[in-house]
Amino acid sequence: MKINWSALGSTFGMSLLITVAVVGAFCLGMTALSRRTRTTGGAAVASLSAAAYVSFALCASAVGYGFYLIAHK
Amino acid sequence: MEHVSFLVTAVVITALAFDFTNGFHDTANSMATSIATGALRPKVAVAISAVLNLAGAFISVAVAKTISGGILDEKAGLKPQIVFAALIGAILWNLVTWLRGIPSSSSHALYGGLIGATLFAVGSHGVHFDVVMTKIIIPAVASPVVAGLAAWAATKLAYRMTRNGDEQVNRRGFKYGQVASSMLVSVAHGTSDGQKTMGVITLTLITAGTLAPGSNPPLWVILAAGVTMALGTYIGGWRIIRTMGKGISDIEPAQGFTAQSAAATVILTSSHMGFGLSTTHVCTGGILGAGKGRADGVVHWSTARRLGYAWLLTLPAAGLVGGLGVLLADQGVWGEIALGAIGIGGAAWIYVLSRRQKVDATNVVDATPSIAESAPTVVTPNAPVAA
Repeated sequence: MKINWSALGSTFGMSLLITVAVVGAFCLGMTALSRRTRTTGGAAVASLSAAAYVSFALCASAVGYGFYLIAHK
Repeated sequence: MEHVSFLVTAVVITALAFDFTNGFHDTANSMATSIATGALRPKVAVAISAVLNLAGAFISVAVAKTISGGILDEKAGLKPQIVFAALIGAILWNLVTWLRGIPSSSSHALYGGLIGATLFAVGSHGVHFDVVMTKIIIPAVASPVVAGLAAWAATKLAYRMTRNGDEQVNRRGFKYGQVASSMLVSVAHGTSDGQKTMGVITLTLITAGTLAPGSNPPLWVILAAGVTMALGTYIGGWRIIRTMGKGISDIEPAQGFTAQSAAATVILTSSHMGFGLSTTHVCTGGILGAGKGRADGVVHWSTARRLGYAWLLTLPAAGLVGGLGVLLADQGVWGEIALGAIGIGGAAWIYVLSRRQKVDATNVVDATPSIAESAPTVVTPNAPVAA
């Protein structure tokens, strides 16, 4: 019996990495939104909003890539 | 010919019945945490999950071409009787575990039934045990661990990053994140598990000569499988939702989000790498990890242990019913009819038992769950066959 340990290992590692990365990006977006509620001043608010949107867009693209993977199996 | 078409019809109906139990058994995987934290109302959650499961069924049919992913030697004598008995075994095991509120793997029940029925009907050369090991057993052990570790790490990270955040932003953010990640799990489930039923029906039609070998599932098969699974999902396996949402750990929205994100990631990466795994195992692992990841999180290990036992039992239990079932079905038409009657009778009996202590959308989140409590009667999986 041949067990493909490297495939197993990379699945293990990739799963861990992607989960932490996506959750991290999401929380980064939320942190930006939290700061925004405490900030006054147009430029600061705008850049925090932008940071939040970029973070959420990263998560969304990870999800989109997930769908792409399912659809092309 | 008359005889074949009777059996083929029976197999198609039974396959759809399995698909239905698969749907309501696995609603919990995607929606239990969202329901438990109140991010979605129970009925809304199951409706969303149903629609996404249906959508998922149309995304891909690549896996549906092989019934067993190489686990069985399909040339060694796979016949409709084997599939029929396997499905009866899988359905009965799914119902028994549902009655007891245990999130067990529907895929394992189906594989178990197929392996058992093939062993009894064809012998051990009909089963590729090395593939069983690499494609079922190892992923079954590894996947909850990966999902658990990923969810644990993600939960630690999420709480650390947001601890100084605005409370209202955090609450809303995690709520939306949780719902989104639940939805992703629903789609992935519709794709992977919907294809199993499509594969079963398609292969049976091929064996019966109705379809040419190597055919894709016909549209009506895709439709029927997708719609049946969506219906099952919408009915909702409330007993299992209660166990997964409240019984394993007390989940907050942030943990629901990390648990489901980890689960979705593990399902997608491993199906990309060619490991077919159980959505149930992965989601349970994710919830355990997320439960442990919160500083004051509590994990009910006694419940987790019981789930572990049930997972170990799934393959042999469904296999035993499938094996005994195929011996009966091989006796000829009366045997097939008797097996069908046992399946229907067993399912009806379990349904009657479930009415004694109802769990539905109205009480799914308020009852304190423990598996022992939700079990009115001990039912052994092979009892209907022995009867």
